Amino acid sequence: MYTSITEGVRGIAAGFAMTLRHLFRKPITVSYPEEKRPLPARTRGAIILTRDPDGNERCVACYLCSGVCPVNCISMQSAERDNGRRYAAWFRINFSRCIFCGFCEEACPTLAIQLTPRFEMSRKTPLDLLYEKEDLLVNHGGKNSDYNYYRRAGVAVTGEKGTHIGEQPPVDTKTLMP
Amino acid sequence: MVFYWVVGFILLVIKLGAALLALLLCAAYLVLAERKLLARMQIRYGPNRAGPFGLLQPIADLIKMMAKEDVIPEGADRMIFRYAPAVAASCAMLIFAVVPFGNSLTLWGYRIPLVVTDLNVGVLAVLGLSSLGVYGVALGGWASHSKYSLLGAVRGVAQMISYELPLGLSLVPVVMLSHSFSLVDIVDRQSIWPFIFIQPLSFAIFFVSAMAEIKRIPFDLPEAENELIAGYHTEYSGLRFGLFFLGEYVTLVTLGSLTAVFFLGGWHGPFLPGVIWLLVKIAAVAFIMIWIRGTLPRLRSDQLMNMGWKFLTPVALINIVVTGAVLLMISA
Ligand code: SF4
Ligand code: SF4
Repeated sequence: MYTSITEGVRGIAAGFAMTLRHLFRKPITVSYPEEKRPLPARTRGAIILTRDPDGNERCVACYLCSGVCPVNCISMQSAERDNGRRYAAWFRINFSRCIFCGFCEEACPTLAIQLTPRFEMSRKTPLDLLYEKEDLLVNHGGKNSDYNYYRRAGVAVTGEKGTHIGEQPPVDTKTLMP
Repeated sequence: MVFYWVVGFILLVIKLGAALLALLLCAAYLVLAERKLLARMQIRYGPNRAGPFGLLQPIADLIKMMAKEDVIPEGADRMIFRYAPAVAASCAMLIFAVVPFGNSLTLWGYRIPLVVTDLNVGVLAVLGLSSLGVYGVALGGWASHSKYSLLGAVRGVAQMISYELPLGLSLVPVVMLSHSFSLVDIVDRQSIWPFIFIQPLSFAIFFVSAMAEIKRIPFDLPEAENELIAGYHTEYSGLRFGLFFLGEYVTLVTLGSLTAVFFLGGWHGPFLPGVIWLLVKIAAVAFIMIWIRGTLPRLRSDQLMNMGWKFLTPVALINIVVTGAVLLMISA
């Protein structure tokens, strides 16, 4: 009984001491508009359409991002260039509906569409949040600057097996060594 | 004769206005102080955008509350719903009428007591008004036609009735010591020794019951956010919600001043004028209440009732008996 009382009193006193001590500590708040915290590179913010190392548009207008988007905010029209490669004639993201889930980035086979850490994109009217291809397209490769889809896929394999970019050498079935 | 009457009336109006203004200002800035202090206890900054150090925050809040839509839910008892916040707020403000905030002033030969009204049954008026405040909660919750409001109101009524008893009983020794129900006399009695030194137990009981009476953490069951959304004022919005909110903080100021009057010697104090001392004491009581709010978790309903009925009330009764016996021994 006696020990339980002292224990209780000590527990409560410790709580009061803690709050009193915190009263004189410097707050740990980051005052946002004045101070900005550096965000991780993979933060999901404003979306960009990137280019491959040769400076060509990566997007092949496959509609996968548009198909996977849970809120259907990506729309585009595919077209074909003279060399037979596809591209998006127009490409539009409605950011007033986008929930920044990042599914489009996951679905994209060419790493064209990417989310960036920039998040300050609020506007006065929803119409200003309609981003066209010109607004989305950037002049760099984003997170994977040396990836080029057409060097890996859609080209005839001429060399030996296992010599293509990113291809593993074939497994030797005659040996058990790893 | 008529002249005295008119002068008296004008004086009363001036005193009323000054007291009300001071009370509302105190309450508004108490909200800010509470938010700031709580924030610092949680290592945050608190409101700091409106004006320097967020000092204009109460005004911004007021404008926001006035600009909001005043929603009356479907199925609500419209008339009771409309008047309940006024009951809560006005009961809280009326209590302040009997609190003396200084020695009597002498102006052009007239003696002006610095209290709105010096009721000879001041203590009873205080207790009566704080009981009436229950109606604001009960009617507001009942008229809202919402389960959360009703649950909050039921809890509020149960809690306030249970704690009314120890609150009243803890004041009986004070009345016995000062031989008067008038708050002015009670303060005058404490010019040398505040009653907190003579009646520490009474003070503790009063303080705990007062905190339960104004429904603050750890006794905030009627508005327990994580169970009842906002309790009895869940359905209120705009200025009506503002009135409930204001009533709460006015009660906090009033209870701070009552604690000062009953136990801390009211406006008595060395060097500084009486009003300043009273303000300092109110601020001290308010700070302790905020500190408690920043530290303790909420009690459970049954713990709350147990504490009120099985602990505070009997202790208060024993305290009365002991005080009476000691007073008799001294006078014999
Ligand atoms: S981030 Fe999600 S919601 Fe936004 S465009 Fe991509 S898939 Fe659609
Ligand atoms: S951005 Fe990627 S997924 Fe979307 S259409 Fe272009 S290539 Fe396909």
